[in-house]
Amino acid sequence: MTKLAPVLSAHWDEKDSFTLEAYKRHGGYKASEKALAMDPDAVIQLVKDSGLRGRGGAGFPTGMKWGFIPQGDNKDHYLVVNADESEPGTCKDTPLLMANPHVLIEGCIIACHAIRAKHAFIYIRGEVTHVVRRVNQAIADAYAAGILGNGIDVVLHIGAGAYICGEETALLDSLEGFRGQPRLRPPFPAIAGLYARPTVVNNVESIASVPAIVMNGAEWYQSMGTEKSKGTTLYSLSGHVVNPGQFEAPLGITLREILELSGGVRKGHKLKFWTPGGSSTPLFTDEHLDVPLDYEGVAAAGSMLGTKALQIFDETTCVVRAVLRWTEFYKHESCGKCTPCREGTWWLVQILRDLEAGKGTEADLAKLLDLCDNIMGRSFCALGDGATSPITSSIKYFRDEYIAHLTNGGCPFDPVASTLFVGAGA
Amino acid sequence: MSEVAVEMITVVIDGFEVTVPKGTLVIRAAEQLGIQIPRFCDHPLLDPVGACRQCLVDIEINGRAFPKPQASCTIPVETGMIVKTQLTSTVAEKAQRGVMELLLVNHPLDCPVCDKGGECPLQNQAMSTGQGSSRFEGVKRTFEKPINISSQVLLDRERCVLCARCTRFSEQIASDPFITLNERGALQQVGIYENKPFESYFSGNTVQICPVGALTGAAYRFRARPFDLVSTPSACEHCASGCDMRTDVRRGKTLRRLAGEDASVNEEWNCDKGRWAFKYITAVDRLKVPMIRDESGELVEASWPEALAVAAEGLKAQKSAVLVGGRTTHEDAYGYSKFARLALGTNDIDFRARVTSDEEREFIAAHVVNSSTTYRDIDKADQVLLVGFEPEEESPIVFLRINKQFRKRALKVVSIGSKESIAVEKLKAQFIKVAPGQEAAAVSSQNLTDKSVILVGERASESAGVLTAVAGLAQSSGAKLAWVPRRAGERGAIQAGAIGNLLPGGRPVTDAAARNEIAALWSANSLPSNIGRSTSEIIAAVHSDEIGALLVGGVDPLDLDDNHSALAALDKAFVVSLEIAPSAVTSRADVVLPVAAVTEKSGSFLNWEGRARSFDAAVNDSLNRSDLRILSMIAEEMGTSINLGTVTAATKEIATIKDWQGERSKMKSVSALPQQNLSTNEALITSWRRLLDLGTLQEGEENLAGTARQTAAVISEKRAQALGVADGDLLKISTAEGFVTLPALIENIHDDALWAPRNSRGSQLLTKLNAVHGEVVTVVRA
Repeated sequence: MTKLAPVLSAHWDEKDSFTLEAYKRHGGYKASEKALAMDPDAVIQLVKDSGLRGRGGAGFPTGMKWGFIPQGDNKDHYLVVNADESEPGTCKDTPLLMANPHVLIEGCIIACHAIRAKHAFIYIRGEVTHVVRRVNQAIADAYAAGILGNGIDVVLHIGAGAYICGEETALLDSLEGFRGQPRLRPPFPAIAGLYARPTVVNNVESIASVPAIVMNGAEWYQSMGTEKSKGTTLYSLSGHVVNPGQFEAPLGITLREILELSGGVRKGHKLKFWTPGGSSTPLFTDEHLDVPLDYEGVAAAGSMLGTKALQIFDETTCVVRAVLRWTEFYKHESCGKCTPCREGTWWLVQILRDLEAGKGTEADLAKLLDLCDNIMGRSFCALGDGATSPITSSIKYFRDEYIAHLTNGGCPFDPVASTLFVGAGA
Repeated sequence: MSEVAVEMITVVIDGFEVTVPKGTLVIRAAEQLGIQIPRFCDHPLLDPVGACRQCLVDIEINGRAFPKPQASCTIPVETGMIVKTQLTSTVAEKAQRGVMELLLVNHPLDCPVCDKGGECPLQNQAMSTGQGSSRFEGVKRTFEKPINISSQVLLDRERCVLCARCTRFSEQIASDPFITLNERGALQQVGIYENKPFESYFSGNTVQICPVGALTGAAYRFRARPFDLVSTPSACEHCASGCDMRTDVRRGKTLRRLAGEDASVNEEWNCDKGRWAFKYITAVDRLKVPMIRDESGELVEASWPEALAVAAEGLKAQKSAVLVGGRTTHEDAYGYSKFARLALGTNDIDFRARVTSDEEREFIAAHVVNSSTTYRDIDKADQVLLVGFEPEEESPIVFLRINKQFRKRALKVVSIGSKESIAVEKLKAQFIKVAPGQEAAAVSSQNLTDKSVILVGERASESAGVLTAVAGLAQSSGAKLAWVPRRAGERGAIQAGAIGNLLPGGRPVTDAAARNEIAALWSANSLPSNIGRSTSEIIAAVHSDEIGALLVGGVDPLDLDDNHSALAALDKAFVVSLEIAPSAVTSRADVVLPVAAVTEKSGSFLNWEGRARSFDAAVNDSLNRSDLRILSMIAEEMGTSINLGTVTAATKEIATIKDWQGERSKMKSVSALPQQNLSTNEALITSWRRLLDLGTLQEGEENLAGTARQTAAVISEKRAQALGVADGDLLKISTAEGFVTLPALIENIHDDALWAPRNSRGSQLLTKLNAVHGEVVTVVRA
């Protein structure tokens, strides 16, 4: 059985893991030293060879992304780190930055060197004030130690709390001081990104994975994971489980294995449905316990690996209610730029509210699915697509439950039964 | 600059091949085939945004199909591209139908009470692309409606489909990003900054390009249904930019004017003055019947024969001159020009009802008449030099064109003046700051090439030597030169010879061959050969009894320097006034003859390029006649026919006049005056007319006036310190003539200068100070 493979999280359990001292104790900033002595193209090749793929959701090969930056163009290049972690269920970058902010800074140095950038911007969501403080301190410490400021600068930018700003071009607009709305592509950020300069936008975890690759080599990284999904990654387990948290394992581990490692679904209950990569990935049921959690495996089963946010729901959960809550989130977070997402989410919520309340007929399910069809693949960015995923997948697996709401004249579930405080004080 | 051959690309759309230039968007390539893909946010003159998603089509390139439908307004054609629109793809058809249904989810569907109903892209495309009824049974989002985003533009946020045309126009075309999209999701809305209304000179274009009824103009709101309007292509009478326009009339009343399309001139835009300043046409005090002054000195109504007889007699009895303002059509100006020479036998005619100089008249004959600099030259220029010219205030479409090139390719703009203007800031122009009156030296020191364009405004005549310097610079550098007057009729008046030194077609009056050509055309034995008097000379000649009668058409004497003298001359002389409304001239006239306003007659205007834009009467049942018809009748009455009974006759006659091919008259060099020494409380005044001010053609349009820029007296930081004033403190600015009191505004201006608007509320410099540029004024804290 595949076991945990802590690389990023190897020292999280040490009390001072977030300090420069602790980071150096475990060989921190050796990788950047090594990388800075290498030819930048060799660093890009190394990352390409390692098979590292973007950990923000789409799984685009990181080295290839770096390779897109035009060289010798006499323009400033920028590295932008997407730390605007906002996908419901996703909570990997926040603990990573709390426990080990220096690994991100070191990754920034290496990536900047590789793409010939002098500036890295970390765009972090504004709600996580504790993380902001910690990363700020780490950056200050790195400057004080002379690690930063010698040709490479890192700037922390605090977002204002918009889900859309996790979309890379909206993030760039926000970083430039505009309202966060996705940009038309092309031009792609690699050609005209931040301030219209060649820019690489990477997820926190992707950049944080680089120092270990530089230290241990591409082959070492290749040795973990599956054929096309190399290395280890953080799986964020939450919901109706005994021990929620971060589980770092090679790509390709299954939910069954992770549940075994984490003590399983809460006592007396059984798995009903789960998300493999956050709320915008089509949900899975207990038939998918053995799906390998790598990019290809999840896709083959009809969903997406996404951010590897495993949200676990047991049989006490009303799927209609859960889906409605997610849809309300998307309605709230739709940026408003394009019609399908803006108007579609407004409408979806109203239909789902009616369905949850037992109002309507089976024809409304058809309307709901047709509406999703008119949003999916029609919106400007992936936010609209993501909004339809929980709806279409839940109707696919739990159509009877939707109909039960209609025949029952309301939700057949006791919402209290799904809470963690059920039974407490009763 | 050699023109690079454009690469052509062939694509297949719905089974038909079309070949278009590389870079063409799919939606536009489809238009070439007559395939109309529905759209809202797409606009050919704005950057693509891909927001509305209405134009989704299926695309494959070299056999590789896009996995999902693509917005055809954002994708340029590529070799090997096969496009299937709603006509041949069920996926595209459903996608479009779906988007249309979604667009209507939050739309109030209040078409029956919406100004846009009947000409609404949303309404039309909902019919063509939508479904008969909505499946939406929920609650629509609501907003307070409508809200004023300026005194002239109203916003109904419920109707808005958030296509961002208005915000993109304001940012990309006008460089006035005063409106933006705020909030998010379905609550996203167009908005303004708090207490910063949408006061752009170009705001009306957003109303016109709004694809729904979200933006409406206060002037037209609830006035008509589009299908009750009769539309006539027309030309704008306000400035020399030369906009194509459309005039919409309902039951004989002009209700709306819109920007027309002319890619060479105004593209699809116009300014708010051109769009909204037309109330003067329907003003209640319009002159309708002729009037003559009776024995008691009162103006009384008279029959046409009676009035014409009195006019003819008065003009015949004494030496007469013609003052014709710069607002007549080319044909009417031609009528005045011919009337002066044939009926009055004089070259004493001048269209320049403003501050002028003899240097300017010579400049006009030597460099303006028959000149051929165009907007296209701005498009190709390596730099543009502005002299005595504020394009945004004085010829807004020239500003838009320069701005387009600035945004597209960072066109270098240099402006010589005393005060940095908003347009100079927007164009990131190099501002060469000189004391009022000292522009000539700055002009001469410019380095231009034969790819450069010099745009010189009519205010250049207010500093001696500037036009001489401009002509010299054009000569030495080979740069293209254009003189951009403010009024719509000035270039036409020049071409028609409504000035003392020129006959039609640029013929010098002093050239015998030139005179003979026109004399032959006019069947006249001879034409007067001396250079005629200018406006100020004509006025002086009235005072010295050399001229006894004046024929005055469309002149406001308050636009002249020393208007006391002008008014006194009008009091003294026998005056025949051709006017549309009571004025300082009609109140002093002996005969008042009502004439047609621009929408009531046909004709043409020549813009600053010399480009003609002809138009038909938009209001057909008007009893008012064009100036030249009346001039013809007076001439008949005087016993001299000018044979211009109709505009058509004038048009035909003008068409036979070729540009003068002989030698142009030369201009005498004029030197700049020496710099004046100023004492502490003295400043040199400088000013220009703002686009929106107290101009007579803007009368009666209060909503428009509400968007005018604030009146203030601009001084430099240094002067402010010397006076101990801050922004907003009142300044008293005085001359021997009088004074004005204005709030101070500290900006980038020459330390010796003080700027104030020339004809804005509280700042009517000609009448109050008789000083507009270069004169010494006293400035103290009020």
